[in-house]
Amino acid sequence: MALVQIISQQSIGADIFELTLEAPVDLRVFPYEPGQFLHIRVTDSFDFLLRRPLSLCKVDLIKNHLSVVYRVQGQGTRRLAAKRAGEILDVLGPLGHGYPKHKDDRAALLIGGGIGVPPLVELARQLRQDAQSVHTVVGFQTKAQAILVSELETYGPVTVVTNDGSLGNHGLVTDVLTQAFCADFDRYYACGPTPMLQAVQRRLSEWQLPGYLSLEERMGCGIGICVGCVHKISRNGRIAQLKTCKEGPVFDAQEVVFT
Amino acid sequence: MTHPSIDRRASYDAHHEVDLSVQFLTLSLKNPVMPASGCFAFGREVAAFYDLNRLGAIVVKATTLDERQGNETPRLAETPAGMLNSIGLQNPGVLRVIDEELPYLQQYDRLPVIVNVAGTAIEDYVQVVERLSQVNAVAAIELNISCPNVKCGGIQFGTDKQMAANMVRAIKQVAKVPVIVKLSPNVTDIVEMAVACEEAGADALSLINTLIGMQIDIEKRRPLLANGVGGLSGPAVKPIAVRMVYEVSSAVNIPVIGIGGIMFGADAVEFLMAGASAVQVGTANFVDPFACVRIIDELGAWCDAHGVRSVIELIGAAKGERGVVRS
Repeated sequence: MALVQIISQQSIGADIFELTLEAPVDLRVFPYEPGQFLHIRVTDSFDFLLRRPLSLCKVDLIKNHLSVVYRVQGQGTRRLAAKRAGEILDVLGPLGHGYPKHKDDRAALLIGGGIGVPPLVELARQLRQDAQSVHTVVGFQTKAQAILVSELETYGPVTVVTNDGSLGNHGLVTDVLTQAFCADFDRYYACGPTPMLQAVQRRLSEWQLPGYLSLEERMGCGIGICVGCVHKISRNGRIAQLKTCKEGPVFDAQEVVFT
Repeated sequence: MTHPSIDRRASYDAHHEVDLSVQFLTLSLKNPVMPASGCFAFGREVAAFYDLNRLGAIVVKATTLDERQGNETPRLAETPAGMLNSIGLQNPGVLRVIDEELPYLQQYDRLPVIVNVAGTAIEDYVQVVERLSQVNAVAAIELNISCPNVKCGGIQFGTDKQMAANMVRAIKQVAKVPVIVKLSPNVTDIVEMAVACEEAGADALSLINTLIGMQIDIEKRRPLLANGVGGLSGPAVKPIAVRMVYEVSSAVNIPVIGIGGIMFGADAVEFLMAGASAVQVGTANFVDPFACVRIIDELGAWCDAHGVRSVIELIGAAKGERGVVRS
């Protein structure tokens, strides 16, 4: 936990901001993972009491900076969006379990939806560093909400889908995930809204492609003590309510139970 | 394992002149601050941030006879200066608490462990307390008759003074350690409940549990929490809690633990002055993992700055000569 300085804050889409911060830890020493999150207070006062969990998006190991990307969804994130370079934020993290590494894999499929796209950027960078090929499929409601596409393109091909057809293919990310398209990948890594994750899980289990889902639940403490953010996970022959902040947010896709 | 990101934060272990120790029933507490049940799990997670031996005591998550999976999500909602929760007593059940969680806490040799006990029927509570009574590591039982988040989850005992008294008597027959009864604020007259519990043999009282509340998701036109209602906690509830602690501690002769929206050392001072002999910190742990040790540190600093030599001097100090007339 640390008080860190805001390096920059930039609008990158409709009500979507990229916030670059001094890292709360030395990222060259701290074994962080893509898919982990920072837990950020948006104010010192009591009006927005709880922290906001925001996934790591980009990491600059030389400057020890990192960025998170968020959409303004309420008064709390609006407060965060009003902050400027030089201001100080109270940040906890990186927290949680991110995407595991599979060093022997050769080809990774990344799937992101909406505000779930940001963690795929650092993931793609690390996968490329491990000499894996990366193909990313990202879905947005509309062109104005499309984010981070050019960043992802630096690591490999990107297929863009929008619900209204205003950018890329018209439809849903699952429309792209045909058996033929998925045949060449060793594994997939997904992050996005729950209906998308559920559809992706169903589709890719048909093609028997193993993968990971990064889940989103309303989070309280971020460290595993309030037990608010649980999700049903099937593990060791039983279904348990595991904490997305502590045991997750990334889980093996075949363990995740949607109801 | 210490989380590396804490290094840049103050360690909150400044030396203070004041004697913070409090004798609470049979427990010698090094300070009067303990995390509240359900706001600290079983201690493992926060142990990554600081040495749990620094706490006055620990109150672990509500423990039931059988494992409970808790409520559906969403379980949390932020509210002005607070939050609603409807966790629903998720816990591994008393046997696994005894086998897996309490042994972990035994490595902390200066940390009295208070186990919060919940259930649906008196027999459940009795069985849990019997099992816990066989464990040396348990310093006291906190009887949860005030969880608002499960049907038949205890609050029915906490809102009917006859049921509460029956429960306390049954537990006192089997408990081998002091029994603290945690009271619900969701009653017409908390003093009446407190007196009923005292008369039934409660060794101490802790108050308040959360206040039942609701938030509507106006886009979906539905209650936000999957459970519909949840328990309100945080700074928003503090004035209610202080008032109730003041009234209850004036009406009973057993010690009272003050709970409700403590965020800073000054809030702990307030509860002590209202008549609490110790305090529990809940929601603050969710905002700041260091909340308990920070509050201990701030309490010490406040006492030093105000010439208080022993924290005991503060207990009930607000009552003075005038008192408050209860209508």
